[in-house]
Parts: sequence; C-alpha cells; structure tokens
Amino acid sequence: MSHDIVGSSIHRGDPVTVDRYTAGARINHWTTATCLVLLALSGLSLFHPSLFFLSSLFGGGEWTRAIHPWIGVLLFFSFAGLFLRFWHLNLWKGADTTWMVRLNKVLGNRDHEDPELVEIGKYNAGQKVVFWAMSILIILLIGSGLAIWNRYFSDYITIEQRRLAMIVHSISAIVIICVWIVHLYAAIWVRGTIPAMTRGRVTGGWAWKHHRKWLKELVAGKPPG
Amino acid sequence: MFPPLPNPSTAASAPRFGEEDLVRRSASSVPPPARQLTQVAKLIDVSKCIGCKACQSACLEWNDLRDDIGINHGSHDNPPDLTPNSLTVMRFTEWMNPETSSLEWLIRKDGCMHCEDPGCLKACPAPGAIVQYSNGIVDFVHENCIGCGYCVTGCPFNIPRISKVDNKAYKCTLCSDRIAVGQGPACAKACPTQAIVFGTKDEMKQWADGRIKDLKARGFKNAGLYDPPGVGGTHVMYVLHHADQPELYAGLPKNPRISPIVQLWKGLTKYAGLTAIAAFAAMGVLHHAVMGPNRVTESDEQNAKRLVPP
Repeated sequence: MSHDIVGSSIHRGDPVTVDRYTAGARINHWTTATCLVLLALSGLSLFHPSLFFLSSLFGGGEWTRAIHPWIGVLLFFSFAGLFLRFWHLNLWKGADTTWMVRLNKVLGNRDHEDPELVEIGKYNAGQKVVFWAMSILIILLIGSGLAIWNRYFSDYITIEQRRLAMIVHSISAIVIICVWIVHLYAAIWVRGTIPAMTRGRVTGGWAWKHHRKWLKELVAGKPPG
Repeated sequence: MFPPLPNPSTAASAPRFGEEDLVRRSASSVPPPARQLTQVAKLIDVSKCIGCKACQSACLEWNDLRDDIGINHGSHDNPPDLTPNSLTVMRFTEWMNPETSSLEWLIRKDGCMHCEDPGCLKACPAPGAIVQYSNGIVDFVHENCIGCGYCVTGCPFNIPRISKVDNKAYKCTLCSDRIAVGQGPACAKACPTQAIVFGTKDEMKQWADGRIKDLKARGFKNAGLYDPPGVGGTHVMYVLHHADQPELYAGLPKNPRISPIVQLWKGLTKYAGLTAIAAFAAMGVLHHAVMGPNRVTESDEQNAKRLVPP
C-alpha cells in the first residue's frame, strides 16, 4: 500500500494493517508446513496398518518408504531456516510464565480482561511452546530418522540402536502431530491469524488484541521481527 | 538314520497348502483357517555337521541365487554374514572346552528360525508382506514388501537382509515351495551326514531326543534341544552339544524373544499414539464448539488506529 507510515510495517487504512511476515518467511513456513503434512501422512501409513492406505497418496508402500526420509531432510533444512529467523523472538520471559499459569483465561477468550495478559510481544507463551517443541522434536526425528534410514545408514547402526531409534521416532512423531494440531487449531480459533501467513499482514486490531507490545514497538519504530 | 522323504512323483500335483492356511498376515488379519496343518520343523544337529557347506550350495541352487565372490575373512565363514542371496551361512567357531582342554569346532548353520511368534511379522507395516502358515512356516511375500527394514528391527535372531538391488527383504523360506509339493528343504536334501533333517515338529523332537541321549552317553552332559520358548518355539531347531551355552555357537541367543522395545513400538505406542492424535483433534473441535472463535472487535481496531499517529 502506498500510504505507509511509521517505518514500512504499519499501513494506514480501514482497518490499519500491520506487516507480520515477509515473503521469505512465508515461503519458508509453507515449505516446512507442506513437508510436515507429507511426512505425517507417509509416516502414519507405516505406523498403523489401518492407515496403510495413505501410502497410495505417494504411489504405494515402496515409494512411501523411499520418499519419506528425503522429505524429512527437506523439512529439517526448511525448519532450520524458520529457527534462525525466529529463535530470538521465542526466548522465554517472565511474562510467559504468567501467561501459562493463566492459560485458562486465554482459552476462555477472557485474556483481554487481564492487564498482565495483553502486553504480548510478537509471540505469546503458547506460540513459544509450539516453537520449542517443534525444534526439539525435529532434532529427535531427524536423528532417529537417519538411524532407521536403511538404504544409506544400515551398516553403521546396530539392531538394538535401530529399535531405540524406532521408538524415539514413533513417539516424537505422535507428539509433533499433536503439537501441529495445537498450532493449526490456534490459527483457526484466533480469527484473523491466517492472513499473517498467507498475505503477510494482520489488522491493527488483531495486533492490538493479541500482540500489543509488538504493535507498540512497531509504532515506536522498532524494526519488525 | 532318519528315513528321508521319498522322492516325489514327477506328476504335477496341487500345492498342499496356500493362502487358506495362513494364521498370521503382517499388518492385516486373516480369517481363522478351516484346518490345522501338521506342524513341520527342520532339525539341525550341530554335532553331526562337518562344515561342508552343501546346504549353502543347495540353497543357492534351489533358490536360483548367486552371491558375490568375496574375500577370505580369516575364517571358514563364506560369505562372512547372511546376505540377500545367501539365505543360510555356516558359522564356524573354534572353542577351547575348559573342562576337557580340547579344541571343539562348533559349526552352526545360521538362517531363519521360523519362530512360532515371529518378530519380523509383528514389526512389518506392509499388509501381507510377511505371512505365517499353520504348519509353522514364516514366509516373505516379495510383491508386498516395501523394503522398510522393520523386519530386521523386529527379528530376535538378526536374520532378514534387505537387498540394495530391489530393496526387498530376504530370508530362508524353509523351502515353502518344496514343502508345498511334499518335498523337504533343499539344504536337508543335500546334507551328507543328516545333520539337517526335516519332518513334523513332533518327529523332529523325538529324533532330537535320541540324538541328545547319544551325545550324553558320549560325555556331552549338557547336550540338548534348542527350541526357544521365548519366541513360542521355532520351526528350525538345533541339537547342541552345549545347550546350556548356546552363545558359544556364533552368538546364538540364549533366551531369544521379541525385544520389549519392539513390543512397545508395535503395541502401546501404536494405539496410544492414534488415541492421542484423535484426542487433540477432538479437544480442538470441542473447544471451538464451547468457547467459540476468538474475534477481534471493532474497538480493538479503533484502539489500533488511535495508537498509530496520523
């Protein structure tokens, strides 16, 4: 938009709009998201017999077995990009603990009533938990995944290590799918969130309501994180 | 001498067992079979083995397999390990018996044990890639195999090998194709000393009893049958002169069983995992139904407008 004010991240209009994610960050996010969904579908098809039919999405069981680890490698590097972009914004602060303790207010759509829950930076504690959970789980998944990638690594891994890797991989995968559900649900529940990752912008009202500290910092001229 | 199976008729005959005799099928279920086949077994009498490798040759020949020419690894083991082509390998162990101070050459024919409770089948994610017949044979069905190697993870005996050529898992079939037409396994047929014999599981246990008595009479007081109960018994059994120490025989496990990690992976994790995913999804739906969406109000937008200077 042409009528930019306050640096370049806030745009006057009705409503006011605020830049949240650059095109690069969005491409990075959707690459990771696509990988994660494909990994979940292909992984689940090998996890439970009742879901084996999902392997037909990838051209059958053999293709699923062959392609799953490569998608995993892609996800690892793609997520590493997100990690480098966002890790400093996800460092845990004292206010995050308060937010977590009062999670019931947040879930009850009553967080705006609590003055201690409105001054939120770019990420709230829930988003930070998702970020760090994803980071740790992806490390566990890539590590255990390489150990069970027989095509290339079977000669370097004992069978006992393989068994351990298998259980770590399975449990981590289940947990990351659950974390992903939380992430996806939060984006749907908190209306106005999805445009942040599609168009890169949110409304001023959204930023005021959910990330007021971040909005104030942008207004004060801090570069958008 | 154990009477060998008579040579079969040259007339074509229908297979004696097939799909309808499956008791287990990987990642899928089978209807209970209408009949129970007689349980079969191969008995490998280690004390009679002379290490000639006729069994290995017969296995390669019958299954039309050829292995790469390798190098001498300093032992008679050739190849040094099972491969996708060598479904059986003789493992040679030189052991000094501390009681007699004499060298014993322990030769064990390694290969699939055809467990009654097969870890490979339990681990396999591909429907119908591993099957078990009511006669005890555990067989790999290659057109259903996806090459994931989970069977390797599940096997308590370190038997299956994944081909780098076609990415399929290979192991001894107990010559299911020969047994289906009334013959014994090729290795048993080729064995010149009857160290390998084949018959019903009961016959084999009986025959083993006689062999064990004979060995005990010759001073091998710990001679015994290796039919490990941890995997429900096996359809390939060994007569060992030192049955109290099976590890002597190139690491034959003393009490093999499906690893508890594999049990956890294929048991609790599988069910609890899907339940957890479903529960998270349900919590989302429920939360949305009860609390409704978290919407930005007009006053939020006005507040933002006021914050941004004109």
